Amino acid sequence: MTQRPRHSLTTRIWHWLNLACLAVLFMSGLNISNAHPRLYWGQAGFAPSQAWAFLPRFPGWATIPGYYSLSAARDWHFLFAWIFALALLLFMLISLVNGHFRKDIATRLAEWRGQAIWADIRAHLRFDFHRGAGQYNFLQKAAYGLVIFIMLPLMIFTGMAMSPGMDAAWPWLLDLFGGRQSARSLHFLCAWGLFAFLLLHVALVLLSGPLGQLKAMVTGGKRDETP
Amino acid sequence: MKRRNLLAAMMAGMAAGCSKLADTQPIATLLDRAEDWHRSAHRALASRQALAREFDRQDISPSFRGNGTLDPATPAYRAAAQNGFADWRLAVHGLVGQPLSLSLEEIRTLPQRTQITRHDCVEGWSAIGQWTGPQLGIILDLAQLSEEANYIVFHCADHLNGAAYYESIDLVDAYHPQTIIAHRLNDAPLPVRNGAPLRLRVERQLGYKHAKYLTAIEAVKDLSGIGQGKGGYWEDRANYQWYAGI
Repeated sequence: MTQRPRHSLTTRIWHWLNLACLAVLFMSGLNISNAHPRLYWGQAGFAPSQAWAFLPRFPGWATIPGYYSLSAARDWHFLFAWIFALALLLFMLISLVNGHFRKDIATRLAEWRGQAIWADIRAHLRFDFHRGAGQYNFLQKAAYGLVIFIMLPLMIFTGMAMSPGMDAAWPWLLDLFGGRQSARSLHFLCAWGLFAFLLLHVALVLLSGPLGQLKAMVTGGKRDETP
Repeated sequence: MKRRNLLAAMMAGMAAGCSKLADTQPIATLLDRAEDWHRSAHRALASRQALAREFDRQDISPSFRGNGTLDPATPAYRAAAQNGFADWRLAVHGLVGQPLSLSLEEIRTLPQRTQITRHDCVEGWSAIGQWTGPQLGIILDLAQLSEEANYIVFHCADHLNGAAYYESIDLVDAYHPQTIIAHRLNDAPLPVRNGAPLRLRVERQLGYKHAKYLTAIEAVKDLSGIGQGKGGYWEDRANYQWYAGI
């Protein structure tokens, strides 16, 4: 029997497809944000006096398309939202079946102890990421779990809650987030949260042998090959 | 700092690449096609009659923002407004058995629906208001809508950038219980900036579908002969999605 690769084919395909989707969604989202650069809480809001946040105008190099076009940005955003959401759903289903979540992402109750978490944080601050062959440490599991199960689904559902058609189909979306404008604010905040995750994720890859890490996420790598 | 520049350069590259891709035929077609997926998905998830949320009086926005045309400002419109729109007529024509020309008084004596709903602009903001008017379905039944009709087109008194504003919806939304021809906002006649004397409310779609300053309702088989053929002013002019439920 051949050894299980460090990253299964499903994980690798989803990882890169998801990156492409998030890049298009984030950049077209910044273009959409330029159409009305204020955020509100609650069901409604349109006036500066109601806003809790005044957003900067995002420059063309950061947006899709590279010039202001709300209609084109919406087309890109909604096309890639489909790909993103269906790919995430498929990845979740396969990872439940093949044990990826159970073996690699799920944390045990014993790991949620202050002392153990603090020790993990201190190890990270020493740039010591070794936790046994091919195993994720607690902070990694928690971060991936947070992104996959909380933040990415939050992007999908807050996005749906902004759609008047979806609100009629699934009125609970409005109750869940406390209104369309709250959903819009959460959508924006979570998008930047994912951007922060990207920066941290890339920084940690750079600090832990970037070539080996990249190779493993492309070819699969070997379990015993701890970077 | 270097990494930040690299990231910015990558984003700029993607922005440029996507803009180029969008100009190619297959990608443009795909981007257009996705609109049909949204409509099909919404129609599959929601029943035809599924209602947009209705709010309480205390949820009504302190003022109701106007957008697009805030005053048609033509001599004819100005004169009509001066006159309290006493002579305003709403024509109902096209694929109908009984063309109509309704006065405001006739519209006010039809069965009325009052609803407090959220108005969502495509730009991202929302306002909540209370609207009153007859259901569009009642007017279409009165005009004996032909079985050949597939779309309802709304003609308006206002011009934006030199072109007449118009919009269109299909029969699912035309016969939706909350689709009304509103003549009142928040217990007062419709203000000029919000579409006096008559505007469409189609509550499961974005604001640009809610045509203001209505002069005529036309039933058609397809949209190709109206305006530039994409079903609405913003659809024609800036390629906005015809289905604006998202």
